[in-house]
Amino acid sequence: MTSPLTYLARHLQALLGTLGYLLRRPLGTLLSIAVISLALTLPACLYLLVKNARVATGSVTEAIELTVYLKTDVSLERARQLADSARARREAGRVTLISAEEGLEEFRKYSGFGAALEALQGNPLPHVISLRPNSDRADPSSIAALQRYLSSWPETDIVQVDNEWVRRLSALLGLLERVFQVFAALLAAGVLAIIGNAIRLEISARRAEIEVTKLVGGSNAYVRRPFLYLGGLYGLLGAGLAALWLIAINAALEPWLLQLARLYGSSFNLLGLTPPELGVLLGGGALLGLVGAWIGAARHLSRIEPRQ
Amino acid sequence: MIQFEHVFKRYPNGREALQDVSFRIGAGEFVFLTGRSGAGKSSVLKLVALLERPTRGSVLVNGQDTGSLPARAVPAYRRRLGVVFQDHQLLMDRPVYDNVALPLMVSDTRYRDIDKRVRAALDQVGLREQERALPLELSVGEQQRVGIARAVVARPTILIADEPTGNLDHSLARDVMQLFTRFQEVGVTVVIATHDMALVREFGHRELHIDEGRLLGGTAAT
Repeated sequence: MTSPLTYLARHLQALLGTLGYLLRRPLGTLLSIAVISLALTLPACLYLLVKNARVATGSVTEAIELTVYLKTDVSLERARQLADSARARREAGRVTLISAEEGLEEFRKYSGFGAALEALQGNPLPHVISLRPNSDRADPSSIAALQRYLSSWPETDIVQVDNEWVRRLSALLGLLERVFQVFAALLAAGVLAIIGNAIRLEISARRAEIEVTKLVGGSNAYVRRPFLYLGGLYGLLGAGLAALWLIAINAALEPWLLQLARLYGSSFNLLGLTPPELGVLLGGGALLGLVGAWIGAARHLSRIEPRQ
Repeated sequence: MIQFEHVFKRYPNGREALQDVSFRIGAGEFVFLTGRSGAGKSSVLKLVALLERPTRGSVLVNGQDTGSLPARAVPAYRRRLGVVFQDHQLLMDRPVYDNVALPLMVSDTRYRDIDKRVRAALDQVGLREQERALPLELSVGEQQRVGIARAVVARPTILIADEPTGNLDHSLARDVMQLFTRFQEVGVTVVIATHDMALVREFGHRELHIDEGRLLGGTAAT
C-alpha cells in the first residue's frame, strides 16, 4: 500500500518532470499552447462580446420611456393618484407626472408657437405620465406587461412606447449567446482533439521508454501520469495565453469603443474577464487538457506492450 | 519456482515457437536455456515475463498460473521478476542512477529506500562511480551491468536474462556470469538463455536445451 506522502511525491515528481520536459522543448511547447489558446480565445471573445452587449443595451433600455397620455377630462388629482399607482409597480423605475399646464408651458417655451397658443380658448393638452422601466426589468416582456397595465386604466387615452428595436436587439443577443454556446462546444471538442493528438505524438516519441517502464512493472496508471500532467499543463497554459490574448484585444478595442460610446452620449465601459471568469477559463482549459490527454493516453498506451 | 506444463506457443504469423514443452525449475536454481537462434529460448523467457501468453498449456511461476492473471495484475507480477536483455533496453537520455531506480519508482518505494537500494545495486555491479553518467557514455559491458543492476534492484525472486553476454568478449562475459552466480547464491532463481556453450560448460549449471521449439534432453526435470 502506497503511503500518501509517497503518492504525493510521485505526483509532484511527474508534474516537475513534465514541466522540465516542456521547458526543454520551448518551440514545440509554444506552438502547441498557441494553437490551444487560439481555440479557447474565440469562444471567450464571443462570451465577452455578448456580456458587453448585454451591459451596453442595459444602459440603452434605461432610456426607454413609456408615455401615458391621459384623457383631457382627467383631473390633476386623479392623474397624481395614477402616477402613484404606476410607481408602486415593480417594473416601473422613474415616474414623472407632467400636468397639462406644465406641458403647455413647455410647449409654449420650446415650440415657437407661443403667439398662436394665446389664441386658444383653453389648454388642449392632457396630463401626461412619463415612465422609465426599472433597469432590471427592462426586457421586452416586462415592458409589454407594463404597457398592458397602463393601457388598462379607464383614464388612459394612449400609451406610447417604441420597444420593437429592444425586442430585436434582445433576440440578436440571444442568437449571439447560442452562437457562443455552439462555438464553445465545437472548439472544446477541437481542444480535446488537439491535445489528444499531441499526447498521441508524445506517446509515439516515448514508446521505448514506455516499453521499458512496463517491462519493469510500471502500471498503466504510472505510465499515464506524466501524459495527464502534460495534457493538463497544455490546457492550463493555453487558457492562460488565451486570457492574455483577451487582455490584448480589450486594450486594442477599448479606445475605439469608448470614442464610439461617447458619440452616443453613453458612459459605457468595456468589460474584461472578472477573476471568477478567469478562473473558469483556466480551470476549463486545464480540465479539457486533462480529458483530452486521458482519451489520447487510454487509446494509445494500451497498445504498447514491452517486447524483446 | 518456474513450471511449464505441456506449453505450446504459436505466434500470429503461424510460427510454432514452442511445442509441448514441460520442465520445472526449483527456487534458487541456476539454469541455462540453450539452443540455436530461433530455437524457442526467448519464447520461454517471454512466457515467464508475461510478455506473451501460451497458446496451450500452463506456465506456473511461484505457484501462480500466469495464464489466469488478469491484465491489471501483470505490472505487480513483473515487479517480482528481474529481466536482463542482450540490448540492455536502457533509457539513453537518463543517467545510470535513474535507469536503475526505475523498478523502485514504479513500485512506489520510498525515496530514501530508493537511494539506498540503487547505490547498493550499483555497488554490486561495480558502477557506483558512474551513477550520474548517461548510458551512452559507458562501454557495452558497463551498459550490460547497468541492466543487471536494474534487474536486481527490486530484489526479485526470479532473474531471467536473454543472451546477456551476446555482445561481450569472453572476459566480460565471465564477469557478468559471475554476477549472476552471486545473485543465485543469495537465493535468487536465475534463468539465462544463451548460445555460448563455452560459458555453459565453464559454469556447469543445469541446462535445458531447446531445438525447434521442443525441449531436447539437457538436464530437464518435469
